Amino acid sequence: MTTITDNSIPTTQTRGTKDEMIAFVIMTVLLVAVPFSGLYPFFVMQALCFALFACAFNLLIGYGGLLSFGHAMFMGTAGYVTAHMAKVGTIGFKVPLIGEFMINMGPLSPELSIVFGLIAALVLAVVTGLIAIRRQGIYFAMITLALSQLIFFLYLQTPFTHGEDGIQGIPQGMLFGLFDLSKPTILYYVILVGFLIGFLIIFRAINSPFGEVLKAIRENEPRAISLGYKTDQYKLMAFILSGVLAGFAGALKVFVAQNASLTDVHWTMSGEVVLITLVGGLATLYGPVVGAFVIIAMQQYLAGFGQWVTVIQGVIFVVCVLTFRRGIIGEIGHLFKRSL
Amino acid sequence: MSINLQALSAQLLVGLINGSFYALLSLGLAVIFGMLNIINFAHGALYMMGAFVAYFLLNLAGIGYWPALFLAPIIVGVFGMILERTMLQWIANLDHLYGLLLTFGLALIIQGVFQNYFGSSGLPYAIPDALKGGVNLGFMFLPIYRGWVVIFSLVICIATWFLIERTRLGAYLRAATENPTLVRAFGINVPLMITLTYGLGVGLAAMAGVLSAPINQVRPLMGADLIIVVFAVVVIGGMGSIMGSIITGFTLGIIEGLTKYFYPEASNTVVFVLMVLVLLVKPSGLTGRTT
Repeated sequence: MTTITDNSIPTTQTRGTKDEMIAFVIMTVLLVAVPFSGLYPFFVMQALCFALFACAFNLLIGYGGLLSFGHAMFMGTAGYVTAHMAKVGTIGFKVPLIGEFMINMGPLSPELSIVFGLIAALVLAVVTGLIAIRRQGIYFAMITLALSQLIFFLYLQTPFTHGEDGIQGIPQGMLFGLFDLSKPTILYYVILVGFLIGFLIIFRAINSPFGEVLKAIRENEPRAISLGYKTDQYKLMAFILSGVLAGFAGALKVFVAQNASLTDVHWTMSGEVVLITLVGGLATLYGPVVGAFVIIAMQQYLAGFGQWVTVIQGVIFVVCVLTFRRGIIGEIGHLFKRSL
Repeated sequence: MSINLQALSAQLLVGLINGSFYALLSLGLAVIFGMLNIINFAHGALYMMGAFVAYFLLNLAGIGYWPALFLAPIIVGVFGMILERTMLQWIANLDHLYGLLLTFGLALIIQGVFQNYFGSSGLPYAIPDALKGGVNLGFMFLPIYRGWVVIFSLVICIATWFLIERTRLGAYLRAATENPTLVRAFGINVPLMITLTYGLGVGLAAMAGVLSAPINQVRPLMGADLIIVVFAVVVIGGMGSIMGSIITGFTLGIIEGLTKYFYPEASNTVVFVLMVLVLLVKPSGLTGRTT
């Protein structure tokens, strides 16, 4: 039985990280140059949000071997909360028998809204993680999927999300009171910095003792247990980290799209992030980034085909699983025997 | 709280019908999982295909409900067997997750194609003449077709259970699940059996589709959201035994119906909440083997 990530390349640690760092510099230079290139910045910003989302997802499946099929719930939750805080800024909750509490802070600044979004994603990740890691493999996938559907129905019914309409017209505001996010170039660089921060956190996590233990669990969990690692704790930590970073992607996306809607929580979005990661390359550092640009570009430029986009995505899924399991970056890395 | 018997029994009936679909679908998933070790994400799409094939048979060939009830599962079953031979076979030795991803892709393709041609709205499919009308049971009015769905699916479930647990063919099947190499050494064609099993599981889904066509209309996305509830049913039941899937399917349908009566706001989520509760108490599911 081969594992889901049979593309790992045996390289020495130092050479692997060196390649990855060179690639990081190239990627950063390319992304910094985007506003001077004539590329549609909205497209790049959207792709960056999805890239961060997919990187967070990849941390879990690529390095932990855990396929979450409900990752959209983190992106959607953080998105809704960030949007709500930036636009309205009230927190209300009901305590049975005692009464209703309402805190009104008014519309918050972008950075505070993001913090609230991240806290919401963190809480959700802790709760769902504790439930989901009790089973493995496909059961884990089905449980995360069912939990995300539960969350979807909750958001359909709670008033603050405005049901089918979603939260619209979110003010972009001034980040730290300095950066005017309504200016496209400033917004672009803020999103880019956010993406790079998230990416570096993942980079650091993978190349740390924590990441090594995660890989050991992915390869052979019983052996990791027999070596004395509390694997459940490591898996939970990875789940929480992945969930919060997916939430960060959702929170950033709110300022790009200026709306938060049910599509971000629906399970088809969870499927999309799986597709992005699979196309780019599971368990590769840069795979999700490349995958996000490929898939988002495809959706952008094939929009004229209407529903056929779904069919094309399905075909890509099937082709990837049958013939192209390493993904774009995985194949390149395999070809040059480099870890990317 | 006074209980309105008529409304309660109506919701119970709806719950039983949903339960029949859950049972038929999770039964098919269990059969496929047993032999192929694949969680068939395309199950919802194949269920939808069953309903569409019945619709085509009626509108293009003039073939009515009764023949369609058996023809549609065979047609979709053959389609499933082609999928198994051309695609699923090639990932049999890989991690389970690839099977999930491959069938997810297949589901996207099938649903996408149908959505292109038929939009998202429903196509009507009439109740067959013999099952029109209803009976007054005194405390409630029972539409005959709905009663028929419950009884027929129960019969199919029991028949499948009998086939797998009590016949020689079923014994081969269970043996091949345990140790395919050994069963092969006895001269039994295991790959053929795998293909037929996939056909059987898919056929069960298609049959559920035909059954549901007159109740829920024929829609391209009719299986898409149902399949997630069925996955939750599978997690709760644990997919350890055929009987387990049947009982869990029906029970959850009934619980859902009761929730719709007593606390309608939670009716969409009650199955998922139950899943969480079961996982907290017994992670392997109610009838599950710990693997």
